[in-house]
Amino acid sequence: MHELGIAQSVLEAVSAEAARHPGSRPVKVAMRIGELAAVDPEALRFAFEALTLDTELEGLELEIETCPRRHRCLDCSTEFLVKDFDFACTRCASTRSQCISGDQLELAFLELAEHEPSST
Amino acid sequence: MNRVALEKKVLGENDRQAAELRERFREHGVLCLNLISAPGSGKTSLLERTLRAWPRGERVAVLTGDIQTENDATRLKRFGFPVKQITTGGTCHLDARMIDRHLADWRLEEIDLLFIENVGNLVCPSSYDLGEAGKIVLLSVTEGEDKPLKYPSIFFKSELLVITKIDLLPYVPFDISKAEENARKVHPDMEMVRVSNTAGNGLEDWLGWLEQRRRTEAARAKSPA
Repeated sequence: MHELGIAQSVLEAVSAEAARHPGSRPVKVAMRIGELAAVDPEALRFAFEALTLDTELEGLELEIETCPRRHRCLDCSTEFLVKDFDFACTRCASTRSQCISGDQLELAFLELAEHEPSST
Repeated sequence: MNRVALEKKVLGENDRQAAELRERFREHGVLCLNLISAPGSGKTSLLERTLRAWPRGERVAVLTGDIQTENDATRLKRFGFPVKQITTGGTCHLDARMIDRHLADWRLEEIDLLFIENVGNLVCPSSYDLGEAGKIVLLSVTEGEDKPLKYPSIFFKSELLVITKIDLLPYVPFDISKAEENARKVHPDMEMVRVSNTAGNGLEDWLGWLEQRRRTEAARAKSPA
């Protein structure tokens, strides 16, 4: 249950970036979460909504891309997805490999919309 | 609509503080190890055994984390080494800022080996770098042997698995080889030791691992970066 703190860090980054774009408001933030990151997307969404409720970021969309575990074979350099903890290289069957992706916990991008001019 | 790239780690601020700590540990020749397990797997007991066996005058220190109470620090202080409790007040893990704050009045040049006992939790501590040289995960035989598969992140990130409470093996259905096989599925070159903190068996393997780890770290510190 550290998703609340993670959601808080995401929102701090969003606010900091939004402050650099006066006249716009953030509408969507995108994240990459690896399957080894030990972060539960549903708990994160819940925390995210709870923290933005009744704030100027209420309604901000959270897009999560889940990143599977990828390895690179140390013998033939093939890159492959690891499923069910099967580390055998899909090309040469070597079991010597290195994890190259899957523990991300990253912010990808922020989308901002122009502030609607106030209606007259 | 305007899209701006953020391209940074969510816990970038923690990572930055952890990198600073790691640099300070390296500068002062401190080997820092982060002990992680579920509540009740034996982190404090393993540290009690370790401190009891450790030669007096050697420069070991412990930071021990819990949500509430000073109980663990009280248990560990009996051995005469510097011990400090970190109470998180509800947070389920330690972060780099807490470590930095609690190290403030210790002189790192007077410490060779620093143990951090994390809050009992197999999930959240795996996301927070504390500047340690290595993570160590404990799994007791009263838990399930499939825990490495259920909580792969922490088993993947830890260099050593300590299986604890092995004196209870005759009384529980725990298949120790299966547990080790599961850990290797997640982390193929993981190192492993088996101990009983109560009966004392296996402790020489744990202490031997620590000694070896200190030697490799010292060699690494001497070699040019």
